[in-house]
Amino acid sequence: MSDVAAPKLVRAPALRRALEGTPWRRFVILGGFALAWELYARWLDNALLLPTLGATLSALWSAVLSGELPNRALTSLRVLITGYALGVAVAAVLTTLAALSRWGNEALGLLTSMFNPLPAIALLPIALLWFGVGTPSLIFVIVHSVLWPVALACYGGFLAVPPTLRMAGRNLGLSGGRFVAEILVPAAFPQILSGLRIGWAFAWRTLIAAELVFGVSARSGGIGWFIYTSRAQLETASVFAGLLTVILIGLLVEGVIFRSLTRITVQRWGQVQT
Amino acid sequence: MNVAPRLTGLVGDTALPSLLELDHVSISYPTPDGILTAVEDVSFSIAAGERLVLLGPSGCGKSTLLRAVGGFLKPSAGEIRMNGRRIGAPGPDRMTVFQEFDQLLPWRTVLGNVRYALERGKSMPRRDAEAIARRWLERVGLKNFVDAFPHTLSGGMKQRVAIARAFALEPALLLMDEPFAALDALTRRQMQDELLKLCEETGNTALFVTHGIDEAIRVGTRILALTPHPGRLAATFDVPPDTRARGSSGFGELERRIQETVFSAPEIDHV
Repeated sequence: MSDVAAPKLVRAPALRRALEGTPWRRFVILGGFALAWELYARWLDNALLLPTLGATLSALWSAVLSGELPNRALTSLRVLITGYALGVAVAAVLTTLAALSRWGNEALGLLTSMFNPLPAIALLPIALLWFGVGTPSLIFVIVHSVLWPVALACYGGFLAVPPTLRMAGRNLGLSGGRFVAEILVPAAFPQILSGLRIGWAFAWRTLIAAELVFGVSARSGGIGWFIYTSRAQLETASVFAGLLTVILIGLLVEGVIFRSLTRITVQRWGQVQT
Repeated sequence: MNVAPRLTGLVGDTALPSLLELDHVSISYPTPDGILTAVEDVSFSIAAGERLVLLGPSGCGKSTLLRAVGGFLKPSAGEIRMNGRRIGAPGPDRMTVFQEFDQLLPWRTVLGNVRYALERGKSMPRRDAEAIARRWLERVGLKNFVDAFPHTLSGGMKQRVAIARAFALEPALLLMDEPFAALDALTRRQMQDELLKLCEETGNTALFVTHGIDEAIRVGTRILALTPHPGRLAATFDVPPDTRARGSSGFGELERRIQETVFSAPEIDHV
């Protein structure tokens, strides 16, 4: 067949490219918010209710320097990642079974409709009975919070894979686990990725909430415990510093990990619009 | 109405060795309104090197038949045999080019799509697969696009990739399900010509489905016309090589004959 020629592209001017990007607008909004906080807190003049931004940042700084906050954050993240990985692994097994058999399909549908609406934190009393106070209980509730939304998203994604693409895969003789791993998973990746995102957000919330509930009696607590103890000692600036850390870690994961994952996968593959 | 004779299967039979045989095949499937018979009692065979075209209006079950040969559907009656053995699950010995553009894996590049098919379909080591994939992509005119992702290609280019992928696996039987139906008229003509050239160069056996009479004459060596609701064989036409050139007198003559036999029957006007 005759060769098809490649199209030629011209680069847009530098200034236009810089203004097209979104980050600078975000920084302006963030700056305005910080200014409003600082001014309102000064006007209110009640450090117990609302510390100034400056006081919060200095509390954050000293907690970071003393090594307490990084340790707490690390404890939280370690539990979080363990629970998250476990939840995603169980979700992968369930959805693979659901994709390959009618029974698995029905089982997954039933389980997700039963357990997805159940808040993970409501299982904490049961978890405490079964596993006692400590990391296993935390992991149990995190797995619950991750498993169902991720399984639901994966399965929805599998169902949305075009029949032609499925046939193209089966045409190569693919079946079973390999068909799921090499055709269904990448084809459903946009939905899986958004499921992983939602799962991450749920897990993070569940963890902080769980730490607030029984962090008091755990030997070494995470950020939730840091917030709880700071409140008990009426160090409101430290409470805010803890909340700020929760937000920053959330932003970091969303902005760095998930965004780059989106860029190098589904965006590159043309499965979502940029 | 000369339906191709079935092979008796005797060793040393004088008839052409047939690669594929359909033996009284009927296909029906359940729909919300009841069981629909898409294909009824169809028998034909394809000899090695032949390019058989299933021609018919929409609803004649031609795509359903092709899917059954591909192994994606099971006949409700009758048997489909390849080299004497009943056809089972889909496999790379029957590579299919579909009509839909989304048959390519969007997460692999043009080269990656063809290479992956070779690695999985023929259990080929990556390096060999890559070399063959490059050769085929060059042959379909895509050497400037090997690293492009499918979503950046036009419809015609995507079909070229699918064609390269199918040919690269050297299937015993090439299945084409209206591969050019979604292309514009100009691209379609060009692709028909280029496909014909590839088929003649490789001598591949093919089963081609279309509703275009001109396309059928252009790419096929033999044409089976089907009537719709349910699909049944209506007539067979041989396409002599000198008829294949567009604008030749034989081309127009055959086109008219097929038109009269198949599409002008009053009882199939309700399509």
